[in-house]
Amino acid sequence: MDRFSWSNGLLEINETLVIQQRGVRLYDGDEKAKLDVGVALLSTHRLVWRDVKNHECCIAMPLSQIVYFEEQAAGIGKSAKIVIHLHPAPANKEPGPYQQSKYSYIKLSFKEHGQIEFYRRLMEEMTQRRWENTPVSQSLPTGTGSQAGRIRAVGIVGIERKIEEKRKETDKNISEAFEDLSKLMVKAKEMVELSRSIASKIKEKQGDITEDETIRFKSYLLSMGIANPVTRETHGSGTHYHMQLAKQLGNMLQAPLEERGGMMALTEVYCLVNRARGMELLSPEDLVNACKMFESLKLPLTLRIFDSGVMVVQLQSHSEEEMIASALDNVTEKGSLTAEEFAKLLGLSVLLSKERLLLAEKMGHLCRDDSVEGLRFYPNLF
Amino acid sequence: MRRGVGAGAVAKKKLAEAKYKERGTVLAEDQIAQMSKQLETFKSNLEEFASKHKQEIRKNPQFRVQFQEMCATIGVDPLASGKGFWSEMLGVGDFYYELGVQIIEVCLALKHRNGGLITLDELHQRVLKGRGKYAQDVSQDDLMRAIKKLKVMGNGFGMIPVGGSYLVQSVPAELNMDHTVVLQLAEKKGYVSVSEIRDSLKWEKERACHVLDHLLKEGLAWLDSQAPGEAQYWLPALFSELTSRDVTPEEANQMTP
Repeated sequence: MDRFSWSNGLLEINETLVIQQRGVRLYDGDEKAKLDVGVALLSTHRLVWRDVKNHECCIAMPLSQIVYFEEQAAGIGKSAKIVIHLHPAPANKEPGPYQQSKYSYIKLSFKEHGQIEFYRRLMEEMTQRRWENTPVSQSLPTGTGSQAGRIRAVGIVGIERKIEEKRKETDKNISEAFEDLSKLMVKAKEMVELSRSIASKIKEKQGDITEDETIRFKSYLLSMGIANPVTRETHGSGTHYHMQLAKQLGNMLQAPLEERGGMMALTEVYCLVNRARGMELLSPEDLVNACKMFESLKLPLTLRIFDSGVMVVQLQSHSEEEMIASALDNVTEKGSLTAEEFAKLLGLSVLLSKERLLLAEKMGHLCRDDSVEGLRFYPNLF
Repeated sequence: MRRGVGAGAVAKKKLAEAKYKERGTVLAEDQIAQMSKQLETFKSNLEEFASKHKQEIRKNPQFRVQFQEMCATIGVDPLASGKGFWSEMLGVGDFYYELGVQIIEVCLALKHRNGGLITLDELHQRVLKGRGKYAQDVSQDDLMRAIKKLKVMGNGFGMIPVGGSYLVQSVPAELNMDHTVVLQLAEKKGYVSVSEIRDSLKWEKERACHVLDHLLKEGLAWLDSQAPGEAQYWLPALFSELTSRDVTPEEANQMTP
């Protein structure tokens, strides 16, 4: 921590902010630094840290001080960290929070996550080393040069070697994983090609495929994640799985739909259902495919797509005319309404209230006044 | 529905089969049976892979990217269904689908303030915050893949490239090339004016005003008519953390022109 200097945190000309992350605590070696949690900022030239509560407490270190850095995974009760190994401080370093330190490394502890991006950007900056090309007006003490080379202690070389070994070990694990993955992908590719051959045969009606076999084929495609090239009107992209899902949704959504005036946006349904499940979540496509089966399974729900592309699940008992009539009533009573006002009135989301008003307009019951102040609907007196 | 039965149908089928076998063509139903067998083998290969490397996918964002790209190359979508092998055995599904839920919730919570447009950076920060200390970290690549999947639900999810990163749209507002270009222009300062548009893009005043009016109407821009000089159009989506504070829905209603 003795490599940091006090700073005003302002960027110099030619210096650009790359990324900032809140919730970062600094460590002097393995010990927590006597500072609170703050914001870590990475620029093209420096690593800056600022106390969140006391903005005047701000420190910075040139990136040239960095020898090497690595990730330290999170543990139980421990946040993920980035460990940064440093060159010795140059003689002309400006004063900072620490006069000296027995450690030649610091840690950034990410209490609010963000370490993946920070690490990635730090890697980019350390690779590009943009500070070497565009020096800033303030002379930033650097750790390069023959002077620093002489000061560089043997101890650091030993540390670097250990880090390098550990990195090679990790790389080996990842290489093995990639190798296994590649082999797996080759097999997957064979399945894709086979499925394409089958699909074209189904299209050209070579052979006699039963509906059962078609359904089986679709479930194979689903398992492999292969897009279905054959759409049959009877079932669409649906499989037994989607049929089951559709029935589950039919039960599960009755009450929530009634609470919300008979209509819910599909994204709302997605969140509701997945939050309830906790695990083995539905993919967005699963949900859409299941909803598409409502009609064919004669369930009391409908999937409806508005002109804007917004998709909603609607209770069938919820009649269209009723909706439009009540929209007209509300608008007439208030003289005029915007989507936001209507939403408040009904306790619906703005998105869905807007769709209702648009629908009533389409049927000729309302007309609009479209200005920069917003979209307002009036009863259609024409 | 069963295959046609009866002597006539059987004879017809035998004839068809013979014709195909003559030409050496494999019947589709035979191929389906073949696929079924191959699928079983693949499933056990995947199980083996999962037992060795499942952690890698969970912990290593680089590996996730590689995995996704390999899948895309061969024509496989590991996130298509929660019932897919990839999702079930590698657990990739739950990771991205849950992320999808979190993204929707953040966008919904901020819509009154930014009209449904948010920078990828801000979305990333807020999602991380919402996930809590013990949850796993997510990268921006993870977010982008989750967003791509959300599109299919029709709520207008999309990404607009600006200034080296992206704006995430979560409402079905129509944004064409003109709107996008103005957003990109506004990215540097968080606001833009008619003369700036005319100078940088060489548009006539009418075209600039038309685009700005649309952004106002959609709630994506706020008008500051009291700015010195000429009116400024501010985009709340582009406000940086440092200069903004959270605006309540009531305040937002008062401030929209």
